[in-house]
Amino acid sequence: MINAPAILRTFDLGVKSLMLHKLRSALTMLGIIFGVCSVIAMLAIGEGASYEAQQAIKKLGSNNIIIRSVKPSEENVVASTGRSRVSEYGLTYSDAARLQMTLASVQHVLPMRIIRDSVRFNRFNVASQIIGTFPSYAHVTGLEVLRGRFITQNDEVHTENVCAMTVNLASQLFPYQDPLDEEVRVGVDYYRVVGLVREKSSMDKRPGASGASDGKALDNNLYIPLSCARSRFGEILFRRSAGSFEAERVQLHQITLQMADTDAIEPAVPDIEAMLKHFHAKKDYEIIVPLQLLRQAEQTKRIFNIVLGSIAAISLLVGGIGIMNIMLATVTERTREIGVRRALGARKKDIITQFLVETVVLSLGGGIIGVAVGVIVPLIVSHFADMKTIITFWSLALAFGISGLTGIVFGLYPASRAANLSPIEALRHE
Amino acid sequence: MSSSPIIRLERLEKTYDLGAIQVHALRGVSLDIAAGSYVAIMGPSGSGKSTMLNLLGCLDRPSGGAYYLGGEDVAKMDDDQLSAVRGKRLGFIFQSYNLIDQLSVIENIHVPLFYQGRDIRDCQDHCVKLAELVGLGNRLHHRPKELSGGQQQRVAIARSLVNDPLMILADEPTGNLDSATGTEILNLLDSLNAEGKTIVLVTHGEEVAERAHRVLHMKDGVIDHEIQQRVLRHVVAELENNDTKVVPRP
Repeated sequence: MINAPAILRTFDLGVKSLMLHKLRSALTMLGIIFGVCSVIAMLAIGEGASYEAQQAIKKLGSNNIIIRSVKPSEENVVASTGRSRVSEYGLTYSDAARLQMTLASVQHVLPMRIIRDSVRFNRFNVASQIIGTFPSYAHVTGLEVLRGRFITQNDEVHTENVCAMTVNLASQLFPYQDPLDEEVRVGVDYYRVVGLVREKSSMDKRPGASGASDGKALDNNLYIPLSCARSRFGEILFRRSAGSFEAERVQLHQITLQMADTDAIEPAVPDIEAMLKHFHAKKDYEIIVPLQLLRQAEQTKRIFNIVLGSIAAISLLVGGIGIMNIMLATVTERTREIGVRRALGARKKDIITQFLVETVVLSLGGGIIGVAVGVIVPLIVSHFADMKTIITFWSLALAFGISGLTGIVFGLYPASRAANLSPIEALRHE
Repeated sequence: MSSSPIIRLERLEKTYDLGAIQVHALRGVSLDIAAGSYVAIMGPSGSGKSTMLNLLGCLDRPSGGAYYLGGEDVAKMDDDQLSAVRGKRLGFIFQSYNLIDQLSVIENIHVPLFYQGRDIRDCQDHCVKLAELVGLGNRLHHRPKELSGGQQQRVAIARSLVNDPLMILADEPTGNLDSATGTEILNLLDSLNAEGKTIVLVTHGEEVAERAHRVLHMKDGVIDHEIQQRVLRHVVAELENNDTKVVPRP
């Protein structure tokens, strides 16, 4: 009984019936169009936002644990005498050594001093981050050496005044000449440029609480051997700003631990915490685990998707109710037609099929248009709002599938009402 | 013309249960209709003629008695079976034509076959032939709204013939038409009957009923009396010759 031509004819009939009231059908479809479109657009925007966050975290290195010095809250700081206060806090060289010795699963321990100062060459003066670190920095953070070389073990051992710098910094200091083998000045010391590098990450490497953030210094990094950073700058760092004067005694700003593999990260975190707690009177450090951040980001994304998804689902629901409303009106309006069809041999099943096909045509039609619009909206958003959007195939499939399902679910009641009309009553209906 | 009846009603009853009261619309009607006959049912409103038509048309089930249509007892069939009987055995002509607005003439004619699972392409010729029979061969792709009342009723007649039914049921087929068009439609029905179609017609109009062979007058849910028109005409002619007054007895 059910064969392909019959289905095609039922479909054809449904379209014809809908075309009888073009405006009404179009308005009904609108609900579904908006629903589907918002599902796709919202999921695309959500997906894009979480992708960006995840990329940023991944750049920190998913195999890494980052320990940063954090300036404790003001009242806990042991203030020295006089007007100037030297606050002493943070990670120490011995922390780094202890971590290296006690943690079995650690591959590299990478201590860093991060000093904000200006780098000068001739008349050029650029605010930068001076990062004193080990040669393994390049390997651990995935630094890309573009020209020359990075600082070496030899530089470290001999406290050589050499530096590598990011191309961004180099382009500001050396607009007209080759930076390699030139000497740049930081404070009172000169450093020979041995290499140009590019950071894999554009994340701020400065300790979280080291003061006002300076967006410009973000990618202006100068890398020098840690031994230089220790001996040339001393342990007390001064900062002058707008008449106030601040001094800090910080040995290391950050220690990055590269673990053997991701499985080793989580067991190591409590050990690190226990050890640092033992040697630090106050909590002047924070432990950042990119892997955990990643998991949190994924969790956040899930919640985000659920929220966005339910908002969109509600609009689809509203669209579905709109369809049901119109179909109920249509059933009432076409009661006599139903009676005629029943008299001419239509079974209840045939009537249900007929009305269901109409709602499904409405909702799938709306679904198709909604998918088309839903693909365009994120493109417009990312073009004008500078937000990354990602349209995934499954969001299209989901939106389309739900719209079809909406048609069936909300069409079923009007259709069954139509079918259950008594033929005599239906025929007598005016 | 076969002598065995295609329709046999045995003490057919229909009671509407309205909760507080029960309405006995039909109180045991027995009737035989032979193949090829032309029967008119008349009666005042409330006499049970609509109920009768609904039962004959398998649109409703009787509360008691039996209804044999072509030898089958349809009184005990379920809804789907009744649909099948209507689709295969019966043709309907309504007072208000009841064509389907969104379909063309040819598609309207095809509807009963559609519900028997037959594709319009396979029975196109058949449908066209019927459209030509009722004189609408040049209007195949018009919509009902584009046709006059008489033309619409012709489409309805063609539709009632498409499944080659045992019986055509007509409910006031000329009720919405002017007398000239009504006469055309009745002529068409006459010619169909002359070709052997069984027609059962419900009407108020004497002039409509006059065309039938048998006229059943209903009253209070039973057939009050029946007039055999051919006999009647014959009697009237004879009486006129004899110049005597006779009141026919039921």
